[in-house]
Amino acid sequence: MIANAFDYTAPQSLDEALTLIGNGAKPLSGGMSLIPMMKLRLASPEHLVDLGRLKELSYIREQDGELHIGAAITYYELESSTLLLGKCPLIAETATHIGDIQVRNMGTLGGSVAHADPAADYPATLQALEAKIVLRSATGARTLSTKDFFLDTFTTALEPGEIVAEIIVPIEPGLTGTSYQKFRQPASGFAMVGIAARIRQQAGTLSLIRIGVTGLSGSSYRATNVEAALEGKQPTEENIRAASALVGDGVDASADLHASADYRQHLATIYTAKAIRAALSRSA
Amino acid sequence: MTKQIISVTINGARQTHEVEPRLLLIHYLRETLGLTGAHIGCETSLCGACTVELNGKAIKSCSMFAVQANGAEILTIEGLASADGKLHPMQEAFWNEHALQCGFCTPGMIMVSKQLVERNPHPTDVEIREGLDGNLCRCTGYQHIVNAVRAAAKAGA
Amino acid sequence: MATTVTRIEKLVGKRLRRKEDPRLITGTATYVEDIKRPGMQHAVIVRSPHGAANIKGIDTTKAAALPGVSAIFTGKDITHVGSVVCGADLPGLRKPVHHILAQDRVYFVGHPVAVVVASDRYIAADAADLVEVDYDVTQAVTDPEKALAPGAPAVHPEWPDNTAFLYHQTGGDIDKAFADADVIIKQRITSQRLVPNAMETRGVVAEWLQADRALTLFTSTQIPHLARTILAGQLGIDENRFRLIAPEVGGGFGSKLNVYAEEALMGFITMKINKPVKWIESRRENFQVTIQGRGHVDYFELAAKRDGTMLGLRLKLIQDLGAYHQLLTPAIPTLSVLMMPGLYNFRNIDADVVGVFTNCVPTDAYRGAGRPEATHGIERMVDLLAAELNMDPAAIRFKNFVQPDQFPFPTATGLNYDSGDYGATLQKAMDMIGYDDLRKQQAAARAAGRLMGIGISTYGELCAFGPSPATPAGGWESATVRIEPTGKVTVHTGTSPHGQGQETSFAQIAADELGVPMDDIIVLHGDTAIIPYGIGTFGSRNTAVGGPALYYALQDIKEKVKKFGKMLLDAEEVTFENGVCRDPKTGKEITIQTIAGAAYRAMKLPPDTDPGLVATKFWEPSNFAFPFGAHIIVSEVDRDTGEIAIKRYVAVDDIGNQLNPLLVDGQLHGGAAQGLGQALWEQAVYDDNGQLITGEFMDYCMPRARMMPWIESSHTVTPSPVNPLGVKGVGEAGTIGSTPAMVNSVIDALSTLGVRHIDMPLTNEKIWNLVNGAKA
Repeated sequence: MIANAFDYTAPQSLDEALTLIGNGAKPLSGGMSLIPMMKLRLASPEHLVDLGRLKELSYIREQDGELHIGAAITYYELESSTLLLGKCPLIAETATHIGDIQVRNMGTLGGSVAHADPAADYPATLQALEAKIVLRSATGARTLSTKDFFLDTFTTALEPGEIVAEIIVPIEPGLTGTSYQKFRQPASGFAMVGIAARIRQQAGTLSLIRIGVTGLSGSSYRATNVEAALEGKQPTEENIRAASALVGDGVDASADLHASADYRQHLATIYTAKAIRAALSRSA
Repeated sequence: MTKQIISVTINGARQTHEVEPRLLLIHYLRETLGLTGAHIGCETSLCGACTVELNGKAIKSCSMFAVQANGAEILTIEGLASADGKLHPMQEAFWNEHALQCGFCTPGMIMVSKQLVERNPHPTDVEIREGLDGNLCRCTGYQHIVNAVRAAAKAGA
Repeated sequence: MATTVTRIEKLVGKRLRRKEDPRLITGTATYVEDIKRPGMQHAVIVRSPHGAANIKGIDTTKAAALPGVSAIFTGKDITHVGSVVCGADLPGLRKPVHHILAQDRVYFVGHPVAVVVASDRYIAADAADLVEVDYDVTQAVTDPEKALAPGAPAVHPEWPDNTAFLYHQTGGDIDKAFADADVIIKQRITSQRLVPNAMETRGVVAEWLQADRALTLFTSTQIPHLARTILAGQLGIDENRFRLIAPEVGGGFGSKLNVYAEEALMGFITMKINKPVKWIESRRENFQVTIQGRGHVDYFELAAKRDGTMLGLRLKLIQDLGAYHQLLTPAIPTLSVLMMPGLYNFRNIDADVVGVFTNCVPTDAYRGAGRPEATHGIERMVDLLAAELNMDPAAIRFKNFVQPDQFPFPTATGLNYDSGDYGATLQKAMDMIGYDDLRKQQAAARAAGRLMGIGISTYGELCAFGPSPATPAGGWESATVRIEPTGKVTVHTGTSPHGQGQETSFAQIAADELGVPMDDIIVLHGDTAIIPYGIGTFGSRNTAVGGPALYYALQDIKEKVKKFGKMLLDAEEVTFENGVCRDPKTGKEITIQTIAGAAYRAMKLPPDTDPGLVATKFWEPSNFAFPFGAHIIVSEVDRDTGEIAIKRYVAVDDIGNQLNPLLVDGQLHGGAAQGLGQALWEQAVYDDNGQLITGEFMDYCMPRARMMPWIESSHTVTPSPVNPLGVKGVGEAGTIGSTPAMVNSVIDALSTLGVRHIDMPLTNEKIWNLVNGAKA
């Protein structure tokens, strides 16, 4: 299986990359999604610009009370980052659910975000974290909320010439508990459903709850109805179950060989409760 | 489409070639350099037979273009034993534990197992099995592979 | 002349690591894809994207214009090349002509339509994309039961009923068995299509030397000699000028027990263009065009007495054949019929088989080939009977087993089981797993609302193919032993091991017989220019048929060694042990190494003895061998998700004597993985148009390390009387035994919900629906 021919540039700087991309070139990051598609000739870009080795996109740093993650940071760098493990463990935990050792060594956060595979793991986590996504082009930069970025199946708010440059996630006070729980599609390991939960408790009630969902439908989303049903409530098993049952309300669930829409909906309910319980157990 | 010159260090030796950008790293290793130890078992990066180390990280060389490896250091199964032919402890463990049958997945299995133990020197069986998730073997049922990785870890591989 | 004799430890039966491994663990083994020849061209095949269509035209102009393209061939170019061979025959069998490139019609997705040859595989791939084929798509049919329905689309228009053959076998008095029955159990049981998925796909390198009219062809095959004979016929060339080499072969599992269109096609191309040519199958092609396994819909009826005594079994077997016959396609379901009775002592059977054409790739032998289907059927039926009679599934098996004093046991299907103690394996497995206690734990779990299951499978198989009258191409095997002048030993085997480890286990046999170190022995195979004609590797036959051939060749050569020993020691009689000939009278000794030198120098020869030390033996078994065993699996079903957790897996297998228990374990583990794959995860799913939905590892769920349980393995040993080694065969046992144990376990877990049968694979959603449905 062989890709169609293309030109390749490994730019020396982000500016150079953005200029080329502005002229129609396609960004390549870890290539874990793009390259198999090119080999099957489902994608045939004429010009690839390799962002994978740009130092300018490869960092994890704390800045103004937030964590800034360069788009070219790999899953392995995320799962093994002591900074993340200490200050935003959900990001690190999510990486461990992705693919395998080799894929995590190559695949990048920015690549995953830009690709917007409906069964990818990070979108759920970024939704729950209310992450900000920084887009850059040769002419400027803009920052979008996760909600505004992920639009549909393989569809994002990226305009031609723009790349995902950075992901900004909050530094969680020690009281926040988070968890990502995933039911794997058995063959590919992608998420049949994946649920990220982020929770804070105050005096026995839930003061903050954020639920990110992936895999269930064509795009990731925040299950605000689940959040609303639990915010300010006590985290009893009964409350958790009742709220989790709302996760797929009004959602057009995907159906394929591996799971019907009903089964996906059911799994989403089960895994929402699971993620909430796990997050609770980690919140002080 | 424009060919490009790449330089890589493979198993300690510097290599320079002009390649088509679409040339896969696995084809560069196998066809251009004659290093046929890494194999092609699928085209969707789900079997791991093509695993090599790139700058110390196990990667699937069928899902990477050779141009992306420009300037990198690559270790393949052929470079794992020492120059005098002494096997790497992971190779030795695979042999001792009968962790291979047809041998086709074996180079990739050994390369990923090496990384697994480097990162987690005392893995549990569950961690070993999770670590092998990117590599398919149709012959062994994995039990002897798990034995081999455990044995190699114990031996300090 | 005397030397000190060091007693060499016997090696047969030892857990020895393999001699073949150093090249495999260092990445220096040579598989087909690793072969390069000067001037070699690369072929890429243009394949049908449709399940059924008429070809209106093929335009190769654009492809041919691409620089680097050396040739393009379509169906019209190959009409003189023989069609793909089916070696099986049944009365009234319809055999469609299976050209190596489609003529005016395509019959399945992946059907080869054209082939592009270029200097580089990248160019060949580009050019293949430029071949324009104009199709008139017609209606396909992919479900064998739908294909049998009146008015179904005809796969081959000349046979509108889609029926390739009807086959009937009966034994005993089936009507009486059913008349005498207190209970009759009926169940439809399917065995879904599986993709063998050897990790190495197929591949061919072919090289024609015009001056010698000689063809060399490297191919990833299990049957080098048979493939050569068949391909020589297809290509119209002399078999003795045709060297076929199976180099390192990366797994087969039956999928390479075949001769495929692409092998003849590459032979045709190299002869045509006078340059070497290489074709390597992509994984996607492997899914689409390499044979698949199983593909049964079976209707079983079991007659029994109320005390659990089984009386007779009726079977209607619908075999999904696919669009064509490959080498053994129609024969596979007849193996199912032969093993219908399983390990049980009833003598009345009746089987109707219908072979059905569908617009899918052909089915053929996949690990177990017919026997897993039969075993799954009978083992499910036994459990259904136990449930009906409220008996313990172990107890009902003990009640019906053929007893040790009944061997050799003639079955209702005409087989003669060689030896066994079926109760002993089951008892051992039950003891290992603590069966009685487990049933108590299960009762407690059920009381607590948990879904825990215990599944038993007691399987038998016929293998070690086999007596020649029962094997289309001959069922014997060959071996040559050559003691070189230095005393080093070269063994040639007609089998074609590709992972099974005969370079080691056969060396163990030779080491013991000749008293030479393992390291002094090499075992060669797979090259028709070197090895005497052999049948190849399939049906768990390497050790059980190839092993005895080697054993007898070794006896012949030992006789010759002794003749030289006698002469050289000037003795009346000599013994030969541990590599040393000894005159018992004088105590004088001479080593096999010294004798070897003398046999080649030939300064003096024993009476009626030729120089040299070579012996060749062709050995024909008198019967199949019949391994058996008991597998028990404990599982628990998650009510919330339908997930199945395997809590314990105990396997007790009796494969007769074991040459190398380490290799035996490996075979059983790998077999069990494939059997669990069928039970839980794997399925080739076609849509109505003939598209293979599970056509990549993204969708076809292969067993991975994290999915496999730890297998607690043990053995009983009942030597086979069929061969001098007492071995039975181990290649397929794990696959056959594991599947029904897994399925029975899950059904046992769900039995409290009223579930009595589930078809494979037991996907999470299927299980969840059953749990959920029961709740509602």
